[in-house]
Formats: sequence, C-alpha cells, structure tokens
Amino acid sequence: MSEDTTLLSLRGLRKTFDTQEALNGLDLDVIRGEFLTLLGPSGCGKTTTLRIIAGLEMPTEGQVFLEGKDITLLPPEKREVNTVFQNYALFPHMNVAANIGYGLRMRKVPKADVLKRVDEMLRLVQLEGYGKRMPSQLSGGQRQRVAIARSAVLSPKLLLLDEPLGALDLQLRRQMQSELKKMQQQLGITFIYITHDQEEALNMSDRIALMRDGRFVQLDTPHNLYERPATAFAATFIGETNILDCTVVGISGEEVLLDMSGIAIPATTEDWVVPGQTLCLCIRAERLHYAKKSPEGFFLRGTFKGSHYAGSERTAEIELNTGHTLFSRQRTEQEETVLPGETVCLWWDRKTAGLVIDDREETT
Amino acid sequence: MKKNSFWSSLYIAVIILALYLPIMVVVVLSFNGNTGRTAAMNFTGFSFYWYKGLFDPISGFGTQMLTSLEVAFWSVMISACLGTLGAVGMLRQKMRKAASERAVMKMTGIGEQLAMLPIMIPELILGIALMALFSLLKLPFGKMTLIFAHITFCTPYILITVKSRLSTLEPTLQEAARDLGASPAKAFATVTLPLAAPAILSGSLLAFAMSMDDFVISFFVNGAQTTTLPLKVYSSVKVGVTPQVNALCTVMLGAAFLVVAVGQLISALAEKRRADTTKKVQA
Repeated sequence: MSEDTTLLSLRGLRKTFDTQEALNGLDLDVIRGEFLTLLGPSGCGKTTTLRIIAGLEMPTEGQVFLEGKDITLLPPEKREVNTVFQNYALFPHMNVAANIGYGLRMRKVPKADVLKRVDEMLRLVQLEGYGKRMPSQLSGGQRQRVAIARSAVLSPKLLLLDEPLGALDLQLRRQMQSELKKMQQQLGITFIYITHDQEEALNMSDRIALMRDGRFVQLDTPHNLYERPATAFAATFIGETNILDCTVVGISGEEVLLDMSGIAIPATTEDWVVPGQTLCLCIRAERLHYAKKSPEGFFLRGTFKGSHYAGSERTAEIELNTGHTLFSRQRTEQEETVLPGETVCLWWDRKTAGLVIDDREETT
Repeated sequence: MKKNSFWSSLYIAVIILALYLPIMVVVVLSFNGNTGRTAAMNFTGFSFYWYKGLFDPISGFGTQMLTSLEVAFWSVMISACLGTLGAVGMLRQKMRKAASERAVMKMTGIGEQLAMLPIMIPELILGIALMALFSLLKLPFGKMTLIFAHITFCTPYILITVKSRLSTLEPTLQEAARDLGASPAKAFATVTLPLAAPAILSGSLLAFAMSMDDFVISFFVNGAQTTTLPLKVYSSVKVGVTPQVNALCTVMLGAAFLVVAVGQLISALAEKRRADTTKKVQA
C-alpha cells in the first residue's frame, strides 16, 4: 500500500483496562475515501478502537498515524477526525443550527461563513428550515442527520461513526443506510463505521474488518468475507452457515477427503490443509440443497425434521444419522412437499463449501 | 368517592391549619398597636409601630441583617464553585468506569458519602468541631470564620442538586464538544456549565436559605462584632417574643414569598416560551 493512498494506520494497538485486555495488538491501514466497517459482537473492542482513533482514549501500547503523522498523543480537539456518537450527543441547549455550527465556532470561523456552511449542510442532510428547532423537537432519524451534519461540516479527513443507526427502527435504518452511503460518496470523506449488524456491514462497506476479542479475524471486501470466510467464527458470524467438524483423511491433488463421524466427504483442498488435521467444512444454508430424489454425484442422507416458512424462503431442519442437524434455506417458488420424518438427500456445489480452521471456542 | 373527598379535605384542612396558624399568629401580632408590656399577648389595635423600629441602629436588626446577607452571599458564591466542580469531577470519574471500573466506583462512592457528611452529622457537633479547629488555627472569630463554617454545610446542597442534574445528561456531550474542537475549558464553558446552570441556581437558593437560617453552627463560630440575624433574634427572645421580632419575621416571610413567586414566574415564562416555539415549529 503506497503512502498517499493510506489515510490512517494503526500499529500494534493494545489497550488494557485494569487487567482486562480490550485490544490485542491491532494493525490496520485505512485507504483514503473508503467505507470501512468494524464488525463484531459486543465487547469485541470495536468502540475502543474508534475511541482511540478519535483521541478519547489512550492506547496502552501502539501508535496511530494519520497521513503518516503520529497522532497517538494528540488530544481529540487537535485531530482532523470527527465522531458521530451512538446516542448522537447533540447539545440539548442549542438549536440545530447552533449544534451544526459548534465546531466551526470553536475553529473561530467568521460568523457569516458559519451561517453559510450550516445552511449548506442543512440542505445536504435534507433538513432545510429546521435550523431553529431544538434537538428535543426532532425525530430519531432527524437527530441522526444533525449529528452527521455537525461532524461533516468540519470536512474531517476521517469520520468515525459508532453504531449510528442502532437506535432507529428497521425501516428507517434501511433508508438511512443508503442515505449514509450516498452522503459518504458526495462528501468524499473516509468513513470508519461500527456495527454489530452483519447485514448493514455487507450492504454499506467497501471493506469489513471482522473483530473478535480485541483482534481482527478477517479484513476483506464484503464479497470475500461472505464467500471465503477465513475461520469458522467468520463463517458463523456472517450469514447462516452449517459447520461440519471433520478430520482430514487424505489429500490428492486438488481434492481432500474428510471424515465426519464416519461419513466420508470430499471437498476442495486449501494449501494449509494437512492429513490428520481437524477442521471445519462450512456450507451456507442457502447453498445446501435437499430433495427426496437422489442427485447425481456426492450426497448425504438425512431425516427431514421440520421447517420454518418465511414467505420467499423456507429453512428446513434436517438430521443426519450421525446426529448432526443441518439447515437448508430454499426459495419457495418450486418447492417439493416434504413431511417430517421423511428421508431426504442433501447435496451442495463443492465450490461453495469452504474449509476453515476451527476458532469457535477460542478465548483470549 | 364522596366520603373519601370529605376525609381528604379534612386532612388537608388540618395540615394547613397546623402549618400556617402559628405563622398567622406571628403576622397578626406584628401589627399589634399595643406597645406596652402585654404586647406579646393582647392585640389591641392595628399599627405599624413595630416595623418602624426594625432597622433602628441600636435596637433594630439592620446591621445583623446585613451581616447575615454578606455571610450568606460569600458562602453561597464559594460553595457554588466548589459544589459544581465537585459534581463535575465525581461524574467524570464515574464516566471512566470503563477504564477501571471497580476501584473508581468504590472511590466515588466514598467520596460522595464524605461530601454528604456536613449535612448528616448533627449541627451541634459540626459547630463545636469548627470552633475547635478555628481556635487551633488561631483564626480571628468573625465574618471569615462564619463564611468558612457556612461553606461546609452549603457545598453539599449545591453538589447534590448539580450532580443529579448532570447525571441526567448524556455523558458523551463533553466528549462530543472535545471531538468538535473545543479545549477542555471551552467544552466546560459551552456545554457543561450552561446545562448545569439551572441546578446551580436552585442549589444556591437552597444553600442561601440554609445560610440565612443557620443558628447552631453560627452560634459557635461568630465573633463579638459579628452577629447574624438568627443569633440576634435568639438573644432578643430570651426575654420573651417581642412584637418587633414578629415584625421581623413577617418581613422575612414576605421576602421568602416574593422570591418563590419570582422563581415560579420565571420558570412559568420559560415554559410558555418553550411551548410557543414548539407550536410555531409545528405550524
């Protein structure tokens, strides 16, 4: 990665609270203009990472570089980085215009310019004529937009957003997702976005950094993260996935033979796979097919236990004779009626099933 | 319902009577035209006689009133600063709970208890303790010792009100201000202070009333030249409640009512203005 495309770099970032390790040596390069999402379960350290970048928290170890300059010790007011807080943190005693103009006033921008830029910003976030209202008179979505406008008006190099859609209802969330993405492209500001919602992350991001226990599990494009998860945790955190615990029996060329509690399963090998190794085979629920008629090639047999109908899709629960339960999600357009207790065949396209290391039980 | 409403009306009537009857007696007797020895008991006619002598330099209460006001003013001013800073500091510690949860929580817990001590321990003990301390330090007893003593019990009132107000605010407001480019001092001046102002004011009013009213602590720490109003009242009723004291009480009562009324008026106006802007915005 060349110097001028990298906006922000984290090097060996570590943070310890009391004896608890919140961040465990993070390295990250953020590319100028990208929409990067930190995704992970709560308590994985994503908010701590964001607060360190904003300057609201000091790392125990490691450095933060903005455009190559070490800003680790710089106080928040001296960083060209702004934050949109989870609860918006709008100043309740100032009206919308005063809230948006706050940062400009702190920067001693002349009054006329402040007014002009606040107006521009109100237009951009579609809140024209709302300048005189108090934050308490706004809806959740409007507050959200004011919070973004208040940070964006300073044209920061980097905008940090801490679960900004967390408090909104589903419909508004969807709408704000596309609005935010559009706004990011319009402003040309680099976004680091925090969420624990995998769908939101897949929808909006250029790249996703999947976090767990203060570490990055995988840093990749949404497509690669979904199609080629690096570990069993990555596979289960995003999407609905069947994880089959297997042992490697033998490798021949591209093919690997796996053993799952006595069932032999063929798969495509990876370069890190060695015979005798225990690993996981993951198959996305929507890519596992079932039917009463046996297909050509490799398949497994199982007992149909039941299903959940969800309009366009149906998720079936199928038990193998080894006791494993697999989930298969199929479109309902041309489905075959299967009754509980009937035997069905299960198969998948080998390309869509990936081998990953098992890190599900891992803790730091 | 009807039965209930009779008993509840009676209950309220008894309460009001119990509360205000003694006060009414004071007010009525303050206008007693009887200037003789039986003035405290026999109401003989209406007159402003007792009010005329109220601020007489020798027999009146003017100097003591000024002393009380002066002591109350300074102790409230200093307490307001101390209490506000204390409240801000305590909450900031609490906010860092993510940083090192247990230790800090325990510490703020103890700190809070300590801050409340002056209003929890008996006044008598506090008064004696302060007197012992001041004489140990060889401080001349007078206005200064009175102000010091009053600060000790005024600060907690302001601290409590400001702290409870601040704890209802988003803890991230201060951080948001910093993030938007405000220095710590600027963030305090533009965000924390304006939001805490109503609480600082109401806490100060309460503390002011407490200071004006204090007898026990002032009794121990006052100097020969500095007598506060409650001390003067006490010494003048040793020989019986004179109608002049009644007149003084009536004046103070009137002042208190006035302050409350003005306060209510201001908050009612603020409420109305807020409602108006809401209406305008919605229209």
